[in-house]
Amino acid sequence: MTTWQKYILAHSIDEALHFLSNAQGSACPIGGGTDLLLEIQQGHHDPVHTLVDVTRIPELQALELRGDVLFIGAGVPVHLITESLLVRFHALAVSEACGLIGGPQVRNTATLGGNVAHALPAADGMISLFAFDAMVEIISINGPRMSPIGSLFKGPGKSTLIPNQEFIIGFHLPTRKPGQASSFSRVMRPQGVALPILNMAVWLERMDQQIKNIQIAIGPSGPVPVRATAVEELLRGKVLNSNQLTQAKQAIHDSIRFRTSAMRATADYRHHLSEVLLEEVIGKAWQRATELEVVV
Amino acid sequence: MSTERMINLIVNGETYSIAEKPGEMLSDLLRYRLGLTGTKIACNEAECGACTVILNDEPVLSCSYPAAKADGCTITTIEGLEEGAFTPTAQGDPVPLHPLQEAFIQYGAVQCGFCIPGQIMTAFALLQHNPSPTDEEIKYALKDTLCRCAGYPTIIGAINAAAKTMHTGRPIDPPEIPQSANPHQSVGTLHPRQDAVAKVTGKAIYTDDIFFKDMLHARVKRAMIPSGIVRRIDINKARELAGVHAVLTADDIPGEHNHGLVIYDWPTMIGVGEQVRTVGDAIAIVAADTREIATLALDLIEVDIEPLPVVSDPVLALKPEATQIHANGNLLKHIKVRKGDVEQGFAESDLILEKTYHTPFHDHAFMEPECSIARLTPEGRMEIYVGSQIPYSDRNQVARTFGWPEDRVHIIGQLIGGGFGGKEDIAGQIHAALLSEATRRPVKLLFDRHESLLVHPKRHATQIRVKMGAKNDGHLVAVETELFGDTGAYASLGEKVLTRATTHSSGPYEIPHVKADCYATYTNNPPAGAFRGFGVMQSAFAIESLMDELAEKTGMDPVELRRLNALRVGSITNTGQLLRESVGLTECIEKVDAEIRKLSGGDPFSPQVMEDQPHKVRAWGFAVGYKNTGLGGGAPDKAGAEVELRRDGTFQVRTSSAELGQGLPTVLRLIAAEELGQAPERIDVLLSDTDLTPDGGPTTASRQTFVTGNAVRHASRALRQMLSTELAEHYDVPPDQIRFIEGLAQVNGHTLGLASVAEQIYANGREPLANFTYWAPSTKPLGQGGDMHFAFSFAAQAAEVEVDTRTGEVMVLHMVIANDVGYAINPLGLRGQIEGGAIMGIGHALTENFMVDQGRVITDRLARYRMPPITFTPKITSIVVEHPVSSGPFGAKGVGEIVLIPTIPAITNAIYNAVGVRVDHIPVDQEMILMEMKKKTTVT
Repeated sequence: MTTWQKYILAHSIDEALHFLSNAQGSACPIGGGTDLLLEIQQGHHDPVHTLVDVTRIPELQALELRGDVLFIGAGVPVHLITESLLVRFHALAVSEACGLIGGPQVRNTATLGGNVAHALPAADGMISLFAFDAMVEIISINGPRMSPIGSLFKGPGKSTLIPNQEFIIGFHLPTRKPGQASSFSRVMRPQGVALPILNMAVWLERMDQQIKNIQIAIGPSGPVPVRATAVEELLRGKVLNSNQLTQAKQAIHDSIRFRTSAMRATADYRHHLSEVLLEEVIGKAWQRATELEVVV
Repeated sequence: MSTERMINLIVNGETYSIAEKPGEMLSDLLRYRLGLTGTKIACNEAECGACTVILNDEPVLSCSYPAAKADGCTITTIEGLEEGAFTPTAQGDPVPLHPLQEAFIQYGAVQCGFCIPGQIMTAFALLQHNPSPTDEEIKYALKDTLCRCAGYPTIIGAINAAAKTMHTGRPIDPPEIPQSANPHQSVGTLHPRQDAVAKVTGKAIYTDDIFFKDMLHARVKRAMIPSGIVRRIDINKARELAGVHAVLTADDIPGEHNHGLVIYDWPTMIGVGEQVRTVGDAIAIVAADTREIATLALDLIEVDIEPLPVVSDPVLALKPEATQIHANGNLLKHIKVRKGDVEQGFAESDLILEKTYHTPFHDHAFMEPECSIARLTPEGRMEIYVGSQIPYSDRNQVARTFGWPEDRVHIIGQLIGGGFGGKEDIAGQIHAALLSEATRRPVKLLFDRHESLLVHPKRHATQIRVKMGAKNDGHLVAVETELFGDTGAYASLGEKVLTRATTHSSGPYEIPHVKADCYATYTNNPPAGAFRGFGVMQSAFAIESLMDELAEKTGMDPVELRRLNALRVGSITNTGQLLRESVGLTECIEKVDAEIRKLSGGDPFSPQVMEDQPHKVRAWGFAVGYKNTGLGGGAPDKAGAEVELRRDGTFQVRTSSAELGQGLPTVLRLIAAEELGQAPERIDVLLSDTDLTPDGGPTTASRQTFVTGNAVRHASRALRQMLSTELAEHYDVPPDQIRFIEGLAQVNGHTLGLASVAEQIYANGREPLANFTYWAPSTKPLGQGGDMHFAFSFAAQAAEVEVDTRTGEVMVLHMVIANDVGYAINPLGLRGQIEGGAIMGIGHALTENFMVDQGRVITDRLARYRMPPITFTPKITSIVVEHPVSSGPFGAKGVGEIVLIPTIPAITNAIYNAVGVRVDHIPVDQEMILMEMKKKTTVT
């Protein structure tokens, strides 16, 4: 009944792994805990015997450039990601998404690691990472590994991570090259559950009027997050114009089955919003791709 | 766990090392182990921001921040804010408050006060990082720090003013709030609240901030099934749990098993063989050493309930096959209003419109969850500490439960962290008292937010059909309304609320032929009762929506149509009441009209496409409303008050009336100050104690300024007369030569301290004390004609909305509001009521929807029931209209409810004017707006 018995503030990866794998009961890593703790309190998640807080581990607190990789530690509070000039330059969509997670106080505690590990199909931070095809650095009792973000999800609220054996260290994103840019947006409903009706992130590479490359993530578009690959394929290599956009919108209709959720939106409304958001995020990223400095 | 782990932290500059407890959040550590109760818990689910503290320079939500995670951290709470801080004053003598605290007081940003520590801490962190924030930055930072009084405009003003003072070192710029048009010495002028300093420093004590030695903690086992018969209750395992001191069921109630405000139909607990009528029904109650143990015990109570079919719709409730919820059937009351002959009226009409509207349940979502502490005194009396809107009713209902005389129960009213009508019914008072009696120990029963959402009565969900007949020139000829009101499982104030909905259902208009029928029905939904607006919010949405359609059909300006039909002095209402005075509706209409025409360049109701964002369309919408002051309908409406000159020369006003944040103590203080010729600061107001304060009646129906205000006025006059007489006799001068000023009496050239006047009266064997019971003008029951109410307040509102035509999203940008309040006794508090009411109306229009599915509550967390955050704050232009009512104190009438009544239709009418979509359900569904817009474009 009590949310947890032991709360461990781990200061190193080894310490965290030790407490996770040697707990006297269930064990689970915890970031800001802004979702997990509420889920336990409200009976949507079993109480956890040992919660291992990973946010004080130096490796998870890093936010830095590593060669041609932008590394975002899994334990960095999302408000720092929102404000980080590095993130704003290299991955503006991630900054935009992080600025919309929860409220201001929650953002001082919540982490991107937790946002991804929670595995909700429309988590803002996670969707933005998807557009970058982020690689996820994971540590487990069997050693470190790198996994594509898409491999982390089993179903709504279920990740493939084994709670008492492993946790996310951080996210590897490609740094921004000339002609590349990103954008994130979402539509909420002012009533009811605090989840977006639809959100969307795009990363693209522009060469003059041509879309050299594009990656699009839309949430929620299924039980697990996936990229809108059919739409990407349609746009890749094309000149961006209104005709192309119309076809891209059609491709969303043809390739993505939106769901009706009773309290949030009908599938029809989601389809409509997907067109609105597609135009908005592509439009913004397209513009940004010509700018050296990031302007918001 | 043998080795105790320690949490080391610095709180407000003090270093602590505290043993870790499993599952403990930082807010619990601060409140219950360090005694820093300024940090409030309002939702306990990281939604509302009331628990915000500063942790290593950043604001965090302490209710969901593990205490153990704070190890090594530095924390500042509201109690630590004033350390070394001071605000300069014009006189140069510093106030020992942080500029934010001082600004919150001066701007009237403090109402119920429960959210204020969180607001100030969040604002404090903002100013640390950003010393000169824009309004938009303030809104962004405070987005999730909710205020149900919705003092957002004043909060923004206060933060701006504090920021400026922190830069310049100059005094806080005073707020731009006008006095009454006719200010007296005290009434009609701006005065801060007497409890404001306590509320901004975290020293204000609400019920959950009180602790007694050996106090137990109670929890309630609830049915969680909306309809059924209890077949078995087994409490043995729960009783055996270590730390549990009592588990009680219906069998343990010595006296009356039911409670209720009008009808005693609400069981204190449901016994075996008895009927469960709603999910929140209590089955058993537990008192234990800790809340955690009590919670564990709930899970050990075994309950078998045989389900019955659920009645979840007020219309279907009247079908013969529906489950009978109460012995006398599912119809609580059929309420009728008849004036003239509607059939004749429709026959005479040039055009007839008819439409049906729906409104949902709304939750008050007061920031402070219900809390009661019961304590059996050594003399065998039951003391109950509770924030209640009707202390004497609590006393009566608790006493009945025990079969005791009423005066064996002592209600000691506490600060109330918001009420809005939701703290009129019994919540935990009786349960706590039963457990205290059983255990002989003090017992605290605190609802969590989930329980609060399930249990206390809501605003009635309604279905309202309006049929309207008018002449081509816009004159209304006939209005027929049919209302179905869902009063849920228990009557509460359902009959009264729905009577008000019915009598107000044809709007503030003079109409020859009116017929209204309302069916107040029981269902298995949570009970519905009083909520600010008291039924009139619902019917105003219906009638004012159809009035806009009539304007369109007749080709009239919507303002002109309303002005043409508006009630005015000499009008007869639909219940047959002649309005003899104080009908400021036309002035409200004209003032709002002039303002919006000025703002819009003359054409407020036509859509304006934004040049830079062509997908955004703006327009204004207009609506009016009225609301009775006082109980009316033949109910005796009285209030008692007592005023005493104390031995120290200050005065105390005493009445049981409740302060929910609306500012009643300031109103009473200003009235007493005026009558006694004293500065308001010399008047202390004591409320809500059934031993110490006379019965002020329920704090409901916008009545307290009028009724208790009058009682205080008369009691103050009586005391003044007594003092004058005493001094006149003593000094042998005519009483009219005696004057009172600033703690002094002036007699024939002598000046005498009031303290010595008090001594002198005591020396003569008397008490310097006056009592007065004020009886409001008598009223007639519905159906008898004549004065059903002794006063009405009127309002006109206009809302400017912006609709995003790509998504259907709606924002309210600007509201222009005029309220006829009779007289503005307390302009600072009035501003808070007006702005807060409008923002609550915006919430009802756009964000709030208490959802129930087959009797089960969907919106059982604050995350699902969304009250408007600060980001929904529009620009508000407020115009106060003062048409005095002769029987009111200084002409004042009620204001608490009228402020939100026209808001909702003003917004929905604006949406129509912007994008051509009519709204007949609230809250506004952005998806519906969009789909209807798409349909229109497909057709054309």
